[in-house]
Order: sequence, then C-alpha cells, then structure tokens
Amino acid sequence: MAEWPEGAPHPLLLIAELTYRCPLHCPYCSNPTDIGASKYTDELPAEDWQRVFREAADLGVLQLALTGGEPMARKEIVDLTRTATEAGLYSTLVTSALPFPKRRVEALHEAGLDHVQISFQHADPGLADEIGGTIAFDRKVKAAALARELDFPLTVNCVLHRRNIDAVDSIIDMAVELGARRLELANTQYHGWATVNRDALMPTRAQLERGEEAVKAARERLGASLEILWVLPDYYEELPKPCMGGWAQDAALVQPNGDVLPCQAAASIPDIAIDNVRDKSLREIWLESEMFNAFRGTDWMQEPCRSCPLGRQHDDHGGCRCQALALTGDAAATDPVCQFSPHHDTIVAARREADDPEPAEPAPFVYRDLIPQ
Amino acid sequence: MAFTRPKLATGVRLHRDKVREQDVLLFPEGALVLNETALEVLDLVDGERTLDDIAAVLSERYEGANVKDDVAELLDGIGERGLVVEADG
Ligand code: SF4
Ligand code: SF4
Repeated sequence: MAEWPEGAPHPLLLIAELTYRCPLHCPYCSNPTDIGASKYTDELPAEDWQRVFREAADLGVLQLALTGGEPMARKEIVDLTRTATEAGLYSTLVTSALPFPKRRVEALHEAGLDHVQISFQHADPGLADEIGGTIAFDRKVKAAALARELDFPLTVNCVLHRRNIDAVDSIIDMAVELGARRLELANTQYHGWATVNRDALMPTRAQLERGEEAVKAARERLGASLEILWVLPDYYEELPKPCMGGWAQDAALVQPNGDVLPCQAAASIPDIAIDNVRDKSLREIWLESEMFNAFRGTDWMQEPCRSCPLGRQHDDHGGCRCQALALTGDAAATDPVCQFSPHHDTIVAARREADDPEPAEPAPFVYRDLIPQ
Repeated sequence: MAFTRPKLATGVRLHRDKVREQDVLLFPEGALVLNETALEVLDLVDGERTLDDIAAVLSERYEGANVKDDVAELLDGIGERGLVVEADG
C-alpha cells in the first residue's frame, strides 16, 4: 500500500449507520430529516459493509459503532459483527432494543460483539413512550436484563431535553437498577430532527443547572460503580467544543447508502461533493475527498478564529461547521457558540427564548418519520 | 486498596494497534495507550494469578527485583477507571 502522507491523522472511530429504519420516532433524532429519501433506502449491501470494516481497521480505527436508525433492523447484523471482530475492531451496538430477540443477541455475543448501548427516553414508562412515539419502555427494560445476563457491558443512553431533564435523578436510579456500567446523559445536539424541534426541546438554564447538580451528587454517591457522562448543550456555553474531536481528525461516519461524512450533519453543507464507499475505498475517501479536506486543519479558518484571542484553534477547531452553517449561512464561519463570533447573539437569543418562564403553549413535537420523498 | 486477584472488567480487552504500533486497552467507547510495563503486567492479569503471582513472574524476569509495590500501584490506577476489577472468590 502507498505510504501514509506525513502528518495525516488516523481515524479512531467508525460510525456505521446501517439503516435509517427504526421503530421509534424520537423528536431529537440526529438522523437527517429526509431519511425517507430513496438515496437512503437504497442500503449498502452487507459485503460492502464488511469490506469497509476491514478497510477501517487498516486505517487505524479501533472503535466501531453499529448504529442507525436501528441496527438490529439489518438482518445481516450478526455477520457484520463477526467481520468487525475478525478485523480487531471494538464493537458497540447502539440500539433502541426494538427488536432485541434472545437468539439473535446470543448470536451477537458469540460473534464477538463487545458492548451494548440501549437508549431510554425517560425513567417513567408512560412519558418515555410518549417521547419515543412508540410503546417501548418495558421491552427496553427486558433487553437490558438480557444484555446483562449475557455479560455484556451495558451503557444506558438518554438524550436530555426540556421534557425529561428534570428527571435526571430517576434516570440515574434507573441506570443503576438496570445494571448499567455507563450512563450517557447527552443534552440534545441540534442536528437533524432536533433542529425542527428546537423550541420544544431546549431546556431552560435553571433546568440545566438542576440537572448538573443531580449529576454531581450522583457521581459522589456512586463513585466508580457507574460512570456518568454529562455533555452540556453547546447553546449554554461561551466557547465551542471540538465537533467530533475536530473535522476529519478522529472519526468517519458512513450513512446507510454508503455516503461517507466527517460527522452526522455534514451532508447539510451545500456544494461539497460527498463520496460513497461503493465507488472508492475508505482510505481514498478519508485522505483525498473534498468533504474530509474541506475543514481539516486550520487553513480554512476565517476571523475571529484565524487570530483567536485564546489561541484555541487546535483545541476546538473553530467549533461545529454544521452549526456555523445553520446559524450564519456560512459553514466556514466561527461557530456562533463562541463568544468571539459576530453571530453569538443568535445563540443568546435562543437561550433567552428557552428561558421564557411561561411559554404561551409548550411547542408540540414533530416526530421522526420515514416519509418517502 | 491493592488487588488480591485482579482481572480485566467485562468488555475490556488488550489490543495490538498495528497502525500506530502500540498496545492499547480497549473498553466501551475508549482506548488507553499502554507503555511496556503496563502491557507486561496486564498480559499476566487473567483472573487466575494473584497479585503475588504476577509480581513473582515479573521479578524473575528482572533478576529478582522487588516489583510488587509497582505492580499494585499500576493496577490500582487502572482499577480506578473501572477497567480492572477483583476476580470473584
Ligand atoms: S434517536 Fe430514536 S428515532 Fe432516532 S435512531 Fe435512535 S431510537 Fe431511532
Ligand atoms: S475564535 Fe475560533 S478558535 Fe477561538 S475560541 Fe472561538 S471558535 Fe475557538
């Protein structure tokens, strides 16, 4: 194989979105809003996924997320997992646990699946099902028990927003009861369906502060027995986070049709060609595609990033490109979450709106759906 | 608190990263790069050997040097992250 270009990063993580089919309808889902479009329903054949997993391992990928949509909806999931194991990848099944049949899960265990992550929408069954738009809670509880029975390390994931963030305490208790080793409390990131539902999802500052207190107390109480991840929503920060560890630095995401992106929302950026693993190797795409090179490094930066007063260019990589695009119309602008951005007021305004103590009427959810387009 | 009979926690495994030419400990959503000493110790952690057994093997390898405290400290550090646990019984 040709030599690795000097200084080019090696990816650590491959996010394999195996399908956008999913029995749930979470209004915060980060999948694109046009998941029903024919380009996504033309799913990549299993053999291509298997080749991509091997190529990923050769590029230096260590962690593989088998996700979606609902990855269990792909009937070849066991074979795909086995290939990942053979390639030496550490595999995580990111699942809604619908479906989670015992036979299949045992087969996954045998195929070498390393880790199971199950999403929950709330600790209260009724509210959880209302948020997910499907009767699912009891089946998730059973699935978690099965995962533990088979001795999988279990992560419980709960995306937080206005309608469940006040329940952080009971969500933590639930994770303990389910035997989880990790709990991801991820405040909603405003991509995909979450953008459509931003007004209904964005918590108030007071809610966030209470949530953070609850997490702190629980960490003290539980120690190392449960690792709790708490990711603050960008909107309440003054400096951006490095999106995905920096554009095209650590991660690659493959969509159900084989399109390859540096992050979930990158397809929203217009006028950049998207390469597909049906036409090119993952290596070629990672190293040479227009998409991966568009914002790699720091040369593309504008002011204020170019002469950042804090010299943070290599820490936050200018923040999220997709958020910059969504809020300023320019994907190469400084992420408006940054206090130095001339567009920071858009963030401040969104916060103020969310902080309105009595919104006239709580905004209704627009549920994720596969509307054929 | 030193381990008596350590083992890797479920879902934690050693992996040779051929691309970066280093050894890593893989676990849910993470990787820890191991130096040579850590690798040597973790290679011996199997849920069967006691801390004393592990120290004895290494001591023999290094001409009788007393390594028990270092091994205990190293495993404690990794144990704090929940990656090494006490084997049952
Ligand atoms: S966020 Fe909800 S709707 Fe979206 S893929 Fe996950 S379970 Fe399905
Ligand atoms: S100006 Fe750019 S590099 Fe500096 S903190 Fe803001 S986003 Fe980061």
